[in-house]
Amino acid sequence: MKFLVCISNVPDTTTKITFTPDNKEFNKAGVQFVINPWDEYALTRAIELKEAAGAGTVTVLNVGEADTEPNIRKALAIGADDAIRVNAAPQDAYFVAEQIAAIAKEGAYDVILMGKESIDYNGFQVHGMVGEMLGIPTVAPAMKLDMSGNVATLEREIEGGKEIVTVNTPFVASCQQPMCEPRIPNMRGIMTARTKPLKVVPAVGEPARTTVAEFALPPKKQGVKLIDAENAGELIKLLRNEAKVI
Amino acid sequence: MSVLVVVECADGEVKKSSLEVASYGAEVAAMLGTTATAIAVGEANAANLAKLGEQGITKVLHDAEPRLKDFVNNAYTKLIATAAEQEQAKIIILANSNIGAAVGSRLSVRLKASLATNVVELPKTEGGQFVVKRGAFSGKAFSDVALSGDRKIIAVKKNSTEAKHDAGKTAEVSTFAAQLTDADFADAPTQVIMQDQAGGVLLPEADLVVSGGRGMKGPENWSLIEDLAKALGAATACSKPVSDVDWRPHHEHVGQTGITVSPNLYIACGISGAIQHLAGVNSSKVIVVINKDPEAPFFKAADYGIVGDVFDVLPKLTAAVKALG
Repeated sequence: MKFLVCISNVPDTTTKITFTPDNKEFNKAGVQFVINPWDEYALTRAIELKEAAGAGTVTVLNVGEADTEPNIRKALAIGADDAIRVNAAPQDAYFVAEQIAAIAKEGAYDVILMGKESIDYNGFQVHGMVGEMLGIPTVAPAMKLDMSGNVATLEREIEGGKEIVTVNTPFVASCQQPMCEPRIPNMRGIMTARTKPLKVVPAVGEPARTTVAEFALPPKKQGVKLIDAENAGELIKLLRNEAKVI
Repeated sequence: MSVLVVVECADGEVKKSSLEVASYGAEVAAMLGTTATAIAVGEANAANLAKLGEQGITKVLHDAEPRLKDFVNNAYTKLIATAAEQEQAKIIILANSNIGAAVGSRLSVRLKASLATNVVELPKTEGGQFVVKRGAFSGKAFSDVALSGDRKIIAVKKNSTEAKHDAGKTAEVSTFAAQLTDADFADAPTQVIMQDQAGGVLLPEADLVVSGGRGMKGPENWSLIEDLAKALGAATACSKPVSDVDWRPHHEHVGQTGITVSPNLYIACGISGAIQHLAGVNSSKVIVVINKDPEAPFFKAADYGIVGDVFDVLPKLTAAVKALG
């Protein structure tokens, strides 16, 4: 079984978001980048399934410029066998999906996994685009993934419940908790990751279909109105008469 | 050319988020000088579909194929793509739900359309551009995104636009056959398991949410959260540490890597307000924070706050809601 795990390089979850003065770009200064937390579920689950089967390979794929390599190495340290970096800034979901579809096709991967969405762009789009480009099923968002030979059984979250879906390989799944407990690299993993193959390839396909014109921060809150704990019932009156939400 | 709106139905009712999408679609159609047609997915009922006229929909297409009751990604994609071709729809609008995102992303490739998800406002069309505002950085920012090309797909975030109700107006419901075959249902679910609602409200669709954190001290104290939620008609939620230790199920976890909610009212009880939690709730219209620590960072993001012990405060709030009658 050949697994392709797509990871994106995102600002750490504790990052305070700011933009360049013209609001055209995210301000990367002093920001720590990490593997997108949703993608960690995809990566760990692929490694677990490979280990359980006792055979197979896990390839990690990132669309990004050279500054994403520390996080690609981290994915190798966690347990992926090799890596591919498409050397291009990820312009939009469509552009990224094109790169993934091209590599998936060329490498004849059986299972293509990624996180539900990236925590910076929050598109929740790439999985479906890749599935459609390759003409294979997509299961999104998946909370559970088990494999038996070429047959995968997944739990897909729907609003208010879940569906059990069975698909044959090849397929795409976008992952979220509680799929697995994401692993962190151990010392042996970190040592071996240095010598695992990381191939850099150029981008392919058509240009992006969407462009960011401008970023904005949410409006600031007016400040909190405190109510005395002894008189807590007063809050309910304010919510009805002032905020008018109940 | 027209605007095509995808409305999700469950148990015969149109979902609230889809009523918002229908209103949004009708407004976009008015901006472009055309009409809005809806295509129903899920278990739909013709009488309720006709009522989409109240949101400004002129016509509703309904395929009576019984296997469309449950979400099937391929079948839904083909159904909507066929409707889009028939109606020559240049703009397709869906809810930014698990179904909407799964179908919208496939449709964008099939119909060669540009796609924006998580959209929070009506589009702006000045200067020959088509720009939508969408949430980014997990609720910590917004971005204005220009959509290129002849065809566009927009997935609208829940509770970011209001559903209009123009009482008495009806839409024409017409049968529609997308000629779906068995192959289109190859990825149909083998089983659908709905959460036990037990008279409660589902979190993703809720207007009011009462949420608990580690300050609740243990799952045995959740009746305090549930009592207030029940009195308000609210859904219950929790922070990540609470679902991590299994005090509450994963589907209640609100935050950056859980569910993002945007209700009218979010009441946080014993949650300190880590930045990852705020990311999941900060598009709520009104935020109330109850915490015994006056330094809890959540107070900075709150509209109303009570510095006090949740075990004292929650019963008082529940009693006050009941007293409203």
